[in-house]
Amino acid sequence: MNVQGRPTRPETAAVPARETFTRNRGLNTEEALIFETGRLDATGVDIDQPEPFQSRLGPHARGSAIELPGLTEPETIRHYVRLSRNNYSIDAGIYPLGSCTMKHNPRLNEKIARLPGFADVHPLQPVSTAQGALETIEALANALLTMTGMDAVAMSPKAGAHGELCGMMAIKAAIEARGEGATRRVVLVPDSAHGTNPATAALIGYSVRSVPAGADGNVSAEAVRAALAPDVAAIMLTNPNTCGLFERQIAGIAEAVHEAGAYFYCDGANFNAVVGKTRPGDLGVDAMHINLHKTFSTPHGGGGPGAGPVALSSRLAPYAPVPFVKREGAALRLVEHAEGGASFGRMCAFHGQMGMFVRALSFILSHGADGLRQASEDAVLSANYIRASLNDVMSAPFGDRPCMHEALFDDRWLKDTGLTTLDFAKAMIDEGYHPMTVYFPLIVHGAMLIEPTESESKASLDLFIMTLRDLAIAAIAGERERFQSAPVDAPRRRLDETRAARQPVLRWTKPQPA
Amino acid sequence: MRYLPLDASEREAMLARIGVPDIEALFADIPADKRIHGLLDMPLAKSEMAVERAMTTIAGRSLAAGSAPFFLGAGAYRRHIPATVDHLIQRSEFLTSYTPYQPEIAQGTLQVLFEFQTQVAALTGMEVANASMYDGSTACGEAMLMAHRLTRRNRAVISGGLHPQYADVCATLAHMVGDTIVRLPPDLKASEDIARAIDDETSCVIVQAPDFFGNPRDLAPAAAAAHARGALLIAVFTDPVSLGALRSPGEMDADIAVGEGQGLGNALNFGGPYLGLFATRAKNVRQMPGRLAGETVDAAGRRSFVLTLSTREQHIRREKATSNICTNSGLCALAFSIHLTLLGAAGLGRLAKVNHANAVRLAERLAAIPAVEVVNPHFFNEFTLRTPRPAAELIEALARRGVIGGLPVSRLLPGAGLDDCIVVASTETNTEDDREAYVQALADCLR
Repeated sequence: MNVQGRPTRPETAAVPARETFTRNRGLNTEEALIFETGRLDATGVDIDQPEPFQSRLGPHARGSAIELPGLTEPETIRHYVRLSRNNYSIDAGIYPLGSCTMKHNPRLNEKIARLPGFADVHPLQPVSTAQGALETIEALANALLTMTGMDAVAMSPKAGAHGELCGMMAIKAAIEARGEGATRRVVLVPDSAHGTNPATAALIGYSVRSVPAGADGNVSAEAVRAALAPDVAAIMLTNPNTCGLFERQIAGIAEAVHEAGAYFYCDGANFNAVVGKTRPGDLGVDAMHINLHKTFSTPHGGGGPGAGPVALSSRLAPYAPVPFVKREGAALRLVEHAEGGASFGRMCAFHGQMGMFVRALSFILSHGADGLRQASEDAVLSANYIRASLNDVMSAPFGDRPCMHEALFDDRWLKDTGLTTLDFAKAMIDEGYHPMTVYFPLIVHGAMLIEPTESESKASLDLFIMTLRDLAIAAIAGERERFQSAPVDAPRRRLDETRAARQPVLRWTKPQPA
Repeated sequence: MRYLPLDASEREAMLARIGVPDIEALFADIPADKRIHGLLDMPLAKSEMAVERAMTTIAGRSLAAGSAPFFLGAGAYRRHIPATVDHLIQRSEFLTSYTPYQPEIAQGTLQVLFEFQTQVAALTGMEVANASMYDGSTACGEAMLMAHRLTRRNRAVISGGLHPQYADVCATLAHMVGDTIVRLPPDLKASEDIARAIDDETSCVIVQAPDFFGNPRDLAPAAAAAHARGALLIAVFTDPVSLGALRSPGEMDADIAVGEGQGLGNALNFGGPYLGLFATRAKNVRQMPGRLAGETVDAAGRRSFVLTLSTREQHIRREKATSNICTNSGLCALAFSIHLTLLGAAGLGRLAKVNHANAVRLAERLAAIPAVEVVNPHFFNEFTLRTPRPAAELIEALARRGVIGGLPVSRLLPGAGLDDCIVVASTETNTEDDREAYVQALADCLR
């Protein structure tokens, strides 16, 4: 997904890969699908046959065999290890995806999450036997409250977008409780917002009214005032925003929103820039989700699992979903039903992403108040270092203005080169780098959003900067081939995404005999 | 701080290149009166050893399932996970990579997802599956919304055998999107008349098999009744291993199959992270939520994989997307897929058989205790007990004796008149000693 998910197709003519007998090239190996190498009778797990017994399956027993080929243990390990080597990873290099926050994943957190007292605890065990689990949830919730300055936190949402949904549901419940459910039907969303924001608002029946960002990349209180009306339920604003800028007028925006009787949802995807520097609660936020997989570094795992607890103001706290943990003297109680309260309901079975809570709490304890602030500062420092070091060769849409944790460039500087942001990104792959986020945010043409995080050494940043400068100079000098054919040295050349979308093949099927 | 590579002199040099006097200058956009001066009111940084010590202490305050005779399921199952699984998912290239947006350097994740989709489709007997959802309950809610899009109706019928928390998730979602649900009363014996609840406004019928109380169900009649009225059948399961022994949703004519995948490859984790399985008929694919990996070729003509059909998704469609979902459960899906690859059809069948055998033996022994009744004539690895004492009380008493005896139904369904019911599960991890301990403890508690 390169041009914001719109399928692309390689522009250069097909170049056959250099032929070898195996089609492998050195450490770069081709790997068949398990369905092509596995056998229906092969297995990598020895299971003893049970003693004879009387089946109780009745008429429900499966008749047909399942088409699931198995592999023995050595074959399985080889298959997945070989596949893994075709992946880029943060452990192997800087992963500068803006807004995704690919920071170091401490292995201590993996070790802790696997302690039997966390990993081997059932969600419906008697609560008296799961006090440590509840204590973990309470400790993380308290830490999040301290950092956000908010009044309550709903812990169960399973990812950022799920957290958005939770926060917006709390807002909807509060508005319904005020008897204004029928009249407040609109949610304001800046045009710079992440796609999940309008999708979330629309999912629960709101119509979306767009608010334009100003020339400085910020949403102004004036623009928000102009869009506010008695039909507005809430605004969804990302801060720091998707351009990597702090919303300077956020306090005024909050005030205007509250005066109009609406709620302020803050997308906390970029909270990692300001932990220990400012508290969303002090800025007038009513609800904000926190991506534990970004700010608190739970591993992204190739696309999840995430975790998206939502901090709530006192105005929304009563509507928080079940379950929640309540301290009653020395014991912790798990409230699993609304019990006559105003809770809007339930987001998921059980209690949220406990495995992620453990990792996030471990990350927070390791950093402490001093380390968390330092991490925010280093993330912002590193992003500005990149911005200041590339500003003279690439074009930044907001000039010399300092950014927060990510540096944004546009494609004006590529104008006369015949090259695109996508070409530039693909050339980075040949240099051994994962590209930055491209074509997002949508309001900046040909956007390149670079988020180095606090995890990079100065030497790593310097090499990255020198590489991008070298590429930029080559692009401007007209070395089109280097870009348009890129990547050449990756496990794959550019993919025909158009074909994937037009003739979808979404699973393996047995080849038909010719 | 061991995770932060920059030192003081490097920070100074970087500030100088940027051209600002100090770090605060970079935070100047935050209104001065809203800035934190000093530190948050939290403890300072700790060494790895100190954190490990603190967290281990907390972990010690919960009972690990593996340290007791353990018979609790109800949507999450304790399995023996081959050591290979956890080793492989901790490889840096899987653990610390992002969603595969740059397919040229993410073929590992993409091929895994393509294989996962194929496995889930085969397991459920459906034609296509997505790259996973958050968990079974949210997959169930998304399936309901998908049925609404497909049928352009908005009234879902929910079986009384559906996991109560799954039903709560659907109810919350339905209320919020302005749809209606008809929730049938708790159905202990799988005797409800679903067909009667279906009318011409019905979008879908959501039925779990085996149901929350452990009853396998023939979904074909419900599917036929739904189809006769233009509605869809959504089949739900909470343990993927059950599909190694029981008829699949596809065989029983389901339109959408959703389930919890935790029972393969994933630990209990007090409820998360898990993974939702989501499969359907090929004709419905463009209304399916979630990520999809598809096959294509690269510029050199080699088979390759890429995320596809993203014109359904929020980052393109914004408010017109099929779902607001962005993340899936990639690493949990990988664990599921590796476990299933290790098992293969043969291993899955044997694993299912051992689960069933252990449950049958346990049921036979518990049923022999006076005044204790096993409700289900048929079951896979989970069944419901009726006891002469309130179940919640009994489960606590068993816990004090070191036995985790199951789920008192009243915990999830208070006031449903099922206060004497316990949902009991058995997996391959249970031994004869575990069963003996349970039977003895239960008999003691009832004496």
